[in-house]
Amino acid sequence: MSDLTDLTLTEARDAVLAKKVSARELTEAFLKSMEGARGLNAYVTETPEIALRMADASDKRIASGTARPMEGLPIGIKDLYCTKGVRTTASSRILSSYVPQYESTVTQNLWNAGAVMLGKLNCDEFAMGSSNETSHFGPCISPWRARNSNAQLVPGGSSGGSSAAVAANIALGATATDTGGSIRCPAAVTGTTGIKPTYGRCSRWGIVAFASSLDQAGPISHTVRDCAIMLKAMASVDPKDSTSVDIPVPDYEESLDAGVKGLRVGIPKEYRVEGTAPEIDAIWNKTAEWLKAQGAEVVEISLPHTKYALPTYYIIAPAECSSNLARYDGVRYGYRAGDPRDLIDLYERTRAEGFGAEVRRRILIGTYVLSAGYYDAYYLRAQKVRALIARDFTEAYKSCDVVLTPATPAPAFGIGEKIADPVTMYLYDVFTVTVNLAGLPSLVVPAGLNDAGLPLGIQLIGKAFDESTLFRAGRAIELAAGFKTKPQAWWRAA
Amino acid sequence: MSTNGKLIQGSTGPWEVVVGLEVHCQVLSKAKLFSSASTVFGADPNSQVSFVDAAMPGMLPVINRYCVEQAVRTGLGLKAKINLRSIFDRKNYFYADLPAGYQISQYKNPVVGEGEVLIDLPGGEVAKVGIERLHLEQDAGKSIHDQHPDHSFVDLNRAGIALMEIVTRPDMHSSEEAAAFLRKLRAIVRYLGTCDGNMEEGSMRADVNVSVRKPGAPFNTRCEIKNMNSVRFITQAIDYEARRQVDVLESGGTIQQQTLLFDTRNGETRPMRSKEEAHDYRYFPDPDLLPLELDEAWVDEIASSLPELPDEKKNRFMSMGLSSYDALVLVAEKDSADYFEAMLGAGAEPKAAANWLNNEYFGRLNKASLAIAEGPVSAAANSAIVQMVSENVISGKIAKDLLDIIWSEGGDPRSVVESRGLKQVTDTSAIEKAVDAVIAANPEKVQAARAKPSMAGWFVGQVMKTTGGKANPATVNALVQARLGIAEEG
Repeated sequence: MSDLTDLTLTEARDAVLAKKVSARELTEAFLKSMEGARGLNAYVTETPEIALRMADASDKRIASGTARPMEGLPIGIKDLYCTKGVRTTASSRILSSYVPQYESTVTQNLWNAGAVMLGKLNCDEFAMGSSNETSHFGPCISPWRARNSNAQLVPGGSSGGSSAAVAANIALGATATDTGGSIRCPAAVTGTTGIKPTYGRCSRWGIVAFASSLDQAGPISHTVRDCAIMLKAMASVDPKDSTSVDIPVPDYEESLDAGVKGLRVGIPKEYRVEGTAPEIDAIWNKTAEWLKAQGAEVVEISLPHTKYALPTYYIIAPAECSSNLARYDGVRYGYRAGDPRDLIDLYERTRAEGFGAEVRRRILIGTYVLSAGYYDAYYLRAQKVRALIARDFTEAYKSCDVVLTPATPAPAFGIGEKIADPVTMYLYDVFTVTVNLAGLPSLVVPAGLNDAGLPLGIQLIGKAFDESTLFRAGRAIELAAGFKTKPQAWWRAA
Repeated sequence: MSTNGKLIQGSTGPWEVVVGLEVHCQVLSKAKLFSSASTVFGADPNSQVSFVDAAMPGMLPVINRYCVEQAVRTGLGLKAKINLRSIFDRKNYFYADLPAGYQISQYKNPVVGEGEVLIDLPGGEVAKVGIERLHLEQDAGKSIHDQHPDHSFVDLNRAGIALMEIVTRPDMHSSEEAAAFLRKLRAIVRYLGTCDGNMEEGSMRADVNVSVRKPGAPFNTRCEIKNMNSVRFITQAIDYEARRQVDVLESGGTIQQQTLLFDTRNGETRPMRSKEEAHDYRYFPDPDLLPLELDEAWVDEIASSLPELPDEKKNRFMSMGLSSYDALVLVAEKDSADYFEAMLGAGAEPKAAANWLNNEYFGRLNKASLAIAEGPVSAAANSAIVQMVSENVISGKIAKDLLDIIWSEGGDPRSVVESRGLKQVTDTSAIEKAVDAVIAANPEKVQAARAKPSMAGWFVGQVMKTTGGKANPATVNALVQARLGIAEEG
């Protein structure tokens, strides 16, 4: 094999199970490739010793014929997932030296499936951002560059470390989380595949919370099948998470190639938004044609409350965040400001110094919308609109099986381009937040490149707990798009 | 509700006190409301803290079904409506002993709705106190400020323990009524086994809302006295606060709605510092928890397993012939009622057993500062003593002596009576002999008694003395009367 890190997760799995390559060889290849890619700032913590130990354990299992579904496959973990004994920072100063004494349910599920941990991946601070620029550890840089340009681009956010690591072949796959698009936006702008499953599909236990009613774990990997393999391993009902749902996790791989003949694909007219880049609209239309060509029925649908989704999201998410992040107070763990005068001073300086600007902004917005006198006008109203948004989908699914939309309004932008203007940054989530508000599953697959050679993703939205159909439709797009391009490995030159 | 004799006299006429209570009862449960950490009182600091209780990143609460069951059971005991759907909310505020920065509570949709409690007032009067709601919430940890000159410590053992907050209507009109309510509530939760009611350990605490008004006038502004954990202090605080409000109003002032603390040293209420109370709690439904949905059949099952409560028990005891007062004393503590019933089970007659307990045994327990469960005499032993009196085996006087013997030395009362020869003498000829001897030895007293028949008692006493108290007093009395030739009085 030429370069083991060029394999997809599926190919690597098959190679390991066929004993064509050992877990240790595979892991060492990734550890080496990580060393060469540190300039991307994708990992905030590398765990080579753990990786090799896990790989050796996997090799023993393979030798003894007790291999598990992800045996020996090296992956990266978004640094929002608590990992026992391994620093977990949420890319925040306030947790910059926090070492959990427990393992998140989703990562434990992955280790139980045989996966190997390469390290912890950069992300926006507390997953708040769409570009990975709010991280305390500095921005993660996309492996992609526009043709004939050296400008650094964002890998999307908040799971920018996850998308960059997969795109740069420094992880076979990565865990990510999605509160308003944090899996799908990074996947869309890096030519990778990511799925945000139905709310409740994966346990949130042990994942640092941003907005509890919206947060959901999911994978980013190279292909639809890669994601199907990872999600199968990650998902479970969890008695420790009351919002996880007890519905059996199907074998997503099984129905992957069943095709889309007769599948009704809804095109929501409200997603034709002003300000969307022409290449995004173009790839959207093209994708619909691909599906039609494979026998799907394309229907126009209406999701009338779509235009309220972004403002609704930017009330509910900050409201929950303002409460969820109250625990970072410098009292029991994490960063504490020096020489506090009294308790109030301890709180004020710990939180002012420990949180970055975007996190502070959202805490303030959330505190405001929950305050006496504003609750009804903001939070309560937002919850009502949220119910209407969910109902839009229920109505739409009477005439279609999946919904096809753009994932982002534009391809990757430059580092520093939007960070100074939060509202512009928020608008980047316009196509993704509705799904979180409705609790639905959503898959992003690469569909092509724009004229500048940057990847364009497309979004599929499914019915609750119908990830199988999403994978099947995503696979059809993947086949039609034939997207194989990888970024030039410019970062290795240095 | 009657307010006779409860009005406060002011310079402008009488004032009526209005009291409402918010009582926090710690739920009797081995584990906390949202974690499996232990709730045992008095453990080493921070030894009973789970990752959830310490609000570690990514930790999630999971409702403890048993705590919900306890709340439902309490609600049923308060004759209250059980809400089959209720919601947990977050009450947000920062404090060092509140790890998550919010307390999980129930705000708009509590698990228990309206109910009522009957309280027993002096003179046998019964008053009704409306219950507005009961909700479940987490307790906070404990801040310790007195162990270091410039550090505070936090003990999170209590953090996350389940509390039931029981809110009454403003139906009480004196400190006595508030005290009666608290005692009754404590009895109910103890009967139910849902709270141990130990105010000293803090497992029952109350916030007391007090206002005053002219009888029949609309409610006035109220003040809230926070965090009281003794019935005696609550009584003092209400009396002080009501008088203070009357004085303010009568001198032309107005009552500011405020939160007060009761200073137990000088017996006065004082306002909390504004920093201590200026909270906007930013309540919102906890997104980590689904709405609490209860199954009607499950609630019915709990209802059918409810024990007999003080009111019902009191009525049953009265139907056995006990006075309302005796019944009330016995049912006030479940242990007393159980003890009483154990005596009946061992054969004692109800009225005699009640009299014996209330007049003899409880007095000795009080003197020795012992709870009934700690007392040295078993219900079977007391039952035997009472039965021997009824059977004329021993006299009432000997019964008291016998109780003292069993109290200090233990043993089976019937065997002790045998071995020490305490049996009452009912053999008339033996008693006659003793009576005659006393009469013969005291001729001058005989003269006096014939002139003044009440003197006969002296002879009875002498006879009892010479017989070591074993003579049947009625027989002695009759014989003395006959021998002295005086008519029986009465």
